[in-house]
Amino acid sequence: MATPLAHRPAPALRRRHTRERLRTLGFLSPWLIGFTVFFGYPLLATVYFSFMHYNQIQAPTFVGLRNWTYVLGRMPLFGPALWNTLWLVVVMVALRVVFGLGVGLLVTKVKAGAGFFRTAFYLPYLAPPVAATVAFVFLLNPGTGPVNEILGALGVPAPNWFNDPAWAKPSLVLLSLWGIGDLMVIFMAALLDVPREQYEAAELDGAGAFARFRYVTWPSITPVVMFAVVTGVVQTMQYYTQALVAGKLASGVSVGPGTVIQPGYPDGSTLTVPQLVYSLGFQNFDTGAACALSLVLFAVAMAVTSLLMRRRAGLLGAED
Amino acid sequence: MTPTTSAAPPAPRTRTALHWIAVHTTAVAAALFFVLPFVFVLLTSVMSDAQAMSGELWPHEWRWSNYAEVFRTPGFLTWWRNSLLYAGLGTLLTVCSSVPVAYALAKFRFRGRRPALLLVVATMMLPPQVIVIPMYLVWAQQLHLSGSLWPLIVPLAFGDAYAVFLLRQFLLTIPREYLESAKVDGCGELRTLVRIVVPMAKPGIAAVALFQFFFCWNDYFGPQIYAAQNPGAWTLSYGLESFKSAHGVDWNLTMAATLLVMAPVVLVFFFAQKAFVEGVTLTGVKG
Repeated sequence: MATPLAHRPAPALRRRHTRERLRTLGFLSPWLIGFTVFFGYPLLATVYFSFMHYNQIQAPTFVGLRNWTYVLGRMPLFGPALWNTLWLVVVMVALRVVFGLGVGLLVTKVKAGAGFFRTAFYLPYLAPPVAATVAFVFLLNPGTGPVNEILGALGVPAPNWFNDPAWAKPSLVLLSLWGIGDLMVIFMAALLDVPREQYEAAELDGAGAFARFRYVTWPSITPVVMFAVVTGVVQTMQYYTQALVAGKLASGVSVGPGTVIQPGYPDGSTLTVPQLVYSLGFQNFDTGAACALSLVLFAVAMAVTSLLMRRRAGLLGAED
Repeated sequence: MTPTTSAAPPAPRTRTALHWIAVHTTAVAAALFFVLPFVFVLLTSVMSDAQAMSGELWPHEWRWSNYAEVFRTPGFLTWWRNSLLYAGLGTLLTVCSSVPVAYALAKFRFRGRRPALLLVVATMMLPPQVIVIPMYLVWAQQLHLSGSLWPLIVPLAFGDAYAVFLLRQFLLTIPREYLESAKVDGCGELRTLVRIVVPMAKPGIAAVALFQFFFCWNDYFGPQIYAAQNPGAWTLSYGLESFKSAHGVDWNLTMAATLLVMAPVVLVFFFAQKAFVEGVTLTGVKG
């Protein structure tokens, strides 16, 4: 460091500074190494490969922007995958937040059996995604699934759920609403944090239930709602496992290692952008196109993340 | 509520009772939505093969031996072992490597602290698909370790962004005075961390460990990339899907396997409920 001579600290102080810096580096070292090796390197390599033709056997050859124009312009599945991902981001996140808030409100009002209800509402969130998806594919299967048995007995026309292109995404949304426990807990905590006196004051002023929610509850829980929306968007952009497993199982195609199936059954309706990356890179061995597509996903993810970092979203918390 | 234009409004007591009934009816309805899937899965898991194909809801006979049969399925025990290895070792490594990093980010003052924190959050938000291809090429072509879970476990020894972030949020709540008094007593930073900070941060560490355990246990994408070629390295979450295809329409066995994959997570939850809820609230409400 180029400190002007006059301000140069005393040697003892400087030694302490060096020691502190070394100490900080020491504590941070696991992450510094991890970040460089498992994040920095692959990100740069992804950029590199996005300009190459590489089938993972022959050496990569430079192809300029060909992968990019292919992915953004000519690739037939990019449009549907992007549409599905956006559809899920909008519908799934919105419904999850509304439903999570509703269940959170409900839980704060329930008096009898509060512990039971809280546990019952929370547990499905813990179900491993693959297990939950297998369970839902069974519950909703058009042939013998309990849900359609019951709907049939009630005389309600039963949809084909995961086997109908129009119903496959709504079925995934249903699955995601079942696992609402995380949102319920954070909304519950936020709702219990609203000062009681404010409700009492509003009631004295003659505010009805809706007005109380609108003018007392809502302003105080907005940061948590913001947080739920933004993290929901980030998670849903990565939506992968449930869509893939549901599509594979509902299609009935046997899936051993090496079986290549058309992703997004039925009719590409559950194909998401992350699935397309996998399919390009690990089934078609089109490394270049897969890398270009991952960078598109990266750009969108970073744009959303920068929203999250705004102070309003309150993610980083107070500085110490 | 009934319109009460002419009559006097119902006495407060009646209104409270009506409100009570409305709330609890809704809660029961919601509980059905959350609980019934588990119930149907359980009921189907003990049916005979023939009945499981019939669409009937209640088992004629309770065939618990289906569960034994699941365990006898080739590979199932191996998947259990692999899941435990990945989740157990992965959690241990994550906690050990993330605590010091989180401590430095929460309590040390140094230039670049805020950018470092932003980078941690950025990594946390990154879809895993974005960087997987070059990573896979390194593990498979240079290190010849594909077909195993090591490509998933080793990186956890170098700090996990999510764990670092959550731990930092927790460590922020430890008052500086404790750390300073430790220093006055002649503790170095490392001793302060081990003797003072870690014991105080136990609830936060427990929550992070649980999250990491569940993340590894539930991970599907990782094993799909690195372990797919070698069934000997599959985890439960990955194997379960092929279980269904191998058993075709034997929904009873598939449902038994599904419950067996869910069971450890649910058990852990009941034993560690408090740490869990603490962790969920930690993820971002306290601004």
